[in-house]
Amino acid sequence: MPPPRTGRPPEPWAPQGERVNIIVCVKQVPDTEAPIRIKTDGSGIDETALNLVMNYYDEHATEAGLRLREQFGGSVTLLSVGHERAKEALRTGLAMGADEAILISDSAAEGVDHLGLARVLAEVIRSLPHDVVICGKISTDDNAGIVGPALAEYLNLPQATAIAHLEVDAMGTSAVVHREVEGGVEVLQVPFPAVLTVERSLNEPRYPSLPGIMKAKRKEIKTLNLAAARLTPSTVGAAASRTVLASLSTPPKRKAGRILDGDMDQAVAAIVAFLKDEAKVL
Amino acid sequence: MSHDVWVVVEHQDGLAKKISLELLGCARALAAAWSGKVVAFVPGGSTSQVAAALGARGADMVFAAEHPLLQRYTTDGYATVLTEALRADPPAVALFGATSQGRDLAPRVAARLGVGIVTDCTSVGVQDGTLVATRPMYTRKAIGTIRFKETAPRIAVVLPAMYPLPPEQPQRKAEIRSWPVQLDARAIRTTVREVKTIQRETIPLIDADIIVSGGRGMKGPENFALLDALARALGGAVGSSRPPVDSGWVPHDYEIGQTGKTVSPQVYLACGISGAPQHLAGMSGSKHIIAINKDPNAPLLQLADLGIVGDLFQILPKLTDAVKRVKSSP
Repeated sequence: MPPPRTGRPPEPWAPQGERVNIIVCVKQVPDTEAPIRIKTDGSGIDETALNLVMNYYDEHATEAGLRLREQFGGSVTLLSVGHERAKEALRTGLAMGADEAILISDSAAEGVDHLGLARVLAEVIRSLPHDVVICGKISTDDNAGIVGPALAEYLNLPQATAIAHLEVDAMGTSAVVHREVEGGVEVLQVPFPAVLTVERSLNEPRYPSLPGIMKAKRKEIKTLNLAAARLTPSTVGAAASRTVLASLSTPPKRKAGRILDGDMDQAVAAIVAFLKDEAKVL
Repeated sequence: MSHDVWVVVEHQDGLAKKISLELLGCARALAAAWSGKVVAFVPGGSTSQVAAALGARGADMVFAAEHPLLQRYTTDGYATVLTEALRADPPAVALFGATSQGRDLAPRVAARLGVGIVTDCTSVGVQDGTLVATRPMYTRKAIGTIRFKETAPRIAVVLPAMYPLPPEQPQRKAEIRSWPVQLDARAIRTTVREVKTIQRETIPLIDADIIVSGGRGMKGPENFALLDALARALGGAVGSSRPPVDSGWVPHDYEIGQTGKTVSPQVYLACGISGAPQHLAGMSGSKHIIAINKDPNAPLLQLADLGIVGDLFQILPKLTDAVKRVKSSP
């Protein structure tokens, strides 16, 4: 059921061809190389001392957006939902070369589930020109991979997920993409406007240039709350979430193993014995 | 809402995929907790052969959703059929495999129905009458327990190799019904131009009980032949950590880790892989881990059930021969 909205919904976006309006959704996440501290009550992780970065896959999404702009002209607008600190991730994208950035930040969105998050993004994107919306295929904090397809659904757009190759036609009105599937590669044709989620093998993200970083520092990041996106906490807040993180715990420790050092034949015999007697696969 | 548990079955060449059979096992346990039925939902161009075999694996009922436009997976085609079916007769739970198809389809279906979804589940169970799933988070540095609220259905996307294959019971039969499908080709916006199959000598990672995996210590693409030979002897698959992919030694679909696949085989044999957090994220759920590395300080050696400090170039050929000898002896 669509959520009740306040105010008049914007007219649906119709593509104009050639200049491409690109939206890239980004998320700020803990650096995957750093250890995390789980809060003692298991309600989440302690982010205070944590190094937060732009989600790795979103760098690839931003790169894909920038390359489309270089090919067709147009603009790249970054969008993020999160705390004030998420502006750092948006600055990373601006420093890479994105034109604009919008942060949707509202304490009322605390405890939002992935579908709620997609709903917020969809409502903001609806009010912007968008020929293509690009997301990372997952974010490295929770690995969910829900927002991209859910966003496509709420915008009523076609989708192609986890793409590893992207070729947009000369008019900028459709794309041929490759998608890795078990035992092969799917070649898909997607009409624009569309939602794409990207695999890391799609491209090599550029490093922000020094002038890019300086410019990004001065750029204004527009901040919206839920009301500005015509949403209410009751439609996308914790109360509306369909799933709840009940607890977060450290994974069970593996039982200590043994380490052999020395004779190669002995090593081979030990592996064979392990495969036979412990793993029981021989 | 019924108390039934649905499994969305993937299949190829008339055979259900391994992950779908694993899900039938998971569904049996859930259905038992709620006294519901296990229902297999089989979309496809032709489904009779697959459908006929699912009773023996634990399905009580099979819905065969057959239509020429479902011959190949498309988001729009499959999402239309599934949302209509799940809306018409909402089960308590719908299970999808965490495959390229399941990850593309399930969130779209959940969004259209407005129901709860949890992806990458390592377990799905009932606690005090509530559906609860566990999943790895933060590069597997944490395990999250997620509680579903009461939506009909609740959607769980389950990782491969989390549930054992249910034993085949040939005498067990399911009621098979055909599910009416109405689908217009114009409703399918993202279309499949072609599917290029990649021929490999070893089985796909998702189906493998044994995975032999190589890292930077393999030193070059040519040495992956050593892993192929061992994997063939063991009946397993070959994977890699990230550096061999980044160096172009092996294609991206080999990669296991945060930026690649998540696997949980019976045996994970890591060769020349040091064990960066980003790799552990993809394989530390393996049942048994063996690591071979010449560096005694490699983190993976510490994590392994059996760690071998040594030269993999000497060990691997000998190990392959030894495995072949064991396999050929009566």
